[in-house]
Amino acid sequence: MSSPTNGNALKDKGRIVIVGASLTGLRAAEALRKEGFSGHLTIIGDEPHEPYDRPPLSKQVLKGWVPADHTKLPRMLEVHAEWRLGVAATGLDRAKKVVRLADGDEVPFDRVLLATGVRARQWPNPAQAALEGVYTLRTSNDAARLQAALAAGPRRVLIIGAGFIGSEVASVCRELGLQVTVAERASAPLAGALGEVIGAIAAEMQRDAGVDLRIGVSITALEGDASGHVRRARLSDGSTLEVDVVLASLGSIRNIEWLEGAGLAAGFWGVGCDAGCRAFDIHGIVTDHIFVAGDIARSPHVLFEYQFLSMEHWDNAVLGAEVAAHNMVCEEIERRAHLLVPAFWSAQFGVNIKSVGVPSFGDEIVFTQGSRKERRFVAAYGRRGRIVGAVTCNNGKWLEYYGAQIARSGPFPPHPAGFDLPGDMRVVPAEFPARGVPTAAPDVVLTGHDPSERHAEFRPRAR
Amino acid sequence: MRIVVDLNRCQGYAQCVPLAPEVLKLNGEEALTYNPNPDDAQRLRVLRAAAACPVQAIIVDQLDLKK
Repeated sequence: MSSPTNGNALKDKGRIVIVGASLTGLRAAEALRKEGFSGHLTIIGDEPHEPYDRPPLSKQVLKGWVPADHTKLPRMLEVHAEWRLGVAATGLDRAKKVVRLADGDEVPFDRVLLATGVRARQWPNPAQAALEGVYTLRTSNDAARLQAALAAGPRRVLIIGAGFIGSEVASVCRELGLQVTVAERASAPLAGALGEVIGAIAAEMQRDAGVDLRIGVSITALEGDASGHVRRARLSDGSTLEVDVVLASLGSIRNIEWLEGAGLAAGFWGVGCDAGCRAFDIHGIVTDHIFVAGDIARSPHVLFEYQFLSMEHWDNAVLGAEVAAHNMVCEEIERRAHLLVPAFWSAQFGVNIKSVGVPSFGDEIVFTQGSRKERRFVAAYGRRGRIVGAVTCNNGKWLEYYGAQIARSGPFPPHPAGFDLPGDMRVVPAEFPARGVPTAAPDVVLTGHDPSERHAEFRPRAR
Repeated sequence: MRIVVDLNRCQGYAQCVPLAPEVLKLNGEEALTYNPNPDDAQRLRVLRAAAACPVQAIIVDQLDLKK
């Protein structure tokens, strides 16, 4: 008798459920079929749409060139899956091995992949967030609404938060000829991801393009007119702005609430997992049937002192999906590790910004090639004498050279490329802002006295 | 049809742009921008552009190719 706990039987007739129908979910489904999985596959997604690509939403789509429903992802092979779209997963019962759905259904599994990703952080005041003209940007529906609002020709757009999304949207606004104010609490755009040295260059780019960039300020209130449409913003420096469109680009929140009570190491930090994508339970013990990939996964990374990192990047979704799929159906000795040297890109103000490694893991920076003035350069990030990241501005073809040094844990400052060297190659502090203190972090407590009774419990704090 | 460009891989050679100028464009000197779901009338141009990419960054729907 074979049981579905045996690797091969699982491959032939197991039941696999993928929760999340975006880039990670789709690529994982395709990878499972490529691995030879011929059992029953269910893909659950809370959005009604089939898998689509998100990076174009803040660029081509907002500009009005590409319709919001025209970013559907190409398919690599037939996945022969049962698609449950437009219905959210609401729970995971590890004892019964079922995923519970919002419509009351239960989907049984032998293996499950958690890939529910992140959502946009809303403007924290619910009444102000509900004003017409206040937007966030994460889904294709968000993009369709914001695109229509921009196309209507607002007098002024206010963007709260100058991370990548906020900066890209500011760029699109200027390309559309719209007046735009960007308000950022830190002292420069992109500072959280790339530090204030690069942030200062991003600030110049914004101002040169005609963006009204306000740094070191926060928005204290959004005010609407009699019909409930946003018309005014109050700033912490006492000034006010007349605005018709507001984008709250305040970063993202991981979609882990549905895992409450599942007994997994899931919290605002994501879902803890090993380098083979297997989820940790609440005690930090690795599970055998539950896998995690994409934006919600947080796993130890060998290149970065084995710290648990989550990487909300496109390449992490693709590689994480492939590794998780492989490990879900393979024999134990065939397991692979998710060893990504992460990379990302952003296009804004006519400049191509690309990065490799984890710049924010570093504390020092050195410009190694090109010219800051021409906005065509490479800068490397270091920590304790080794290179941990690099960023390029309109110089992307050099990224691979630095990526290889990061993978080899090469020295910092790195070996000069011997080409296009800048005049000043001093190492300076990269100036990352102090990490924010999370609010309402849950407590995890230990209960029980007898060692055999000792276990961990979540005590979520009121939001 | 459906495409996605792996923009981590793309190095801005722009060999694709003249082959399918209505689908693939440069924004500035290096940033590629494109229509992920172009009209079927663009199919041949897009396939030529994908083939011409020196780093093979343009990913074309494989199910669509089999049709």
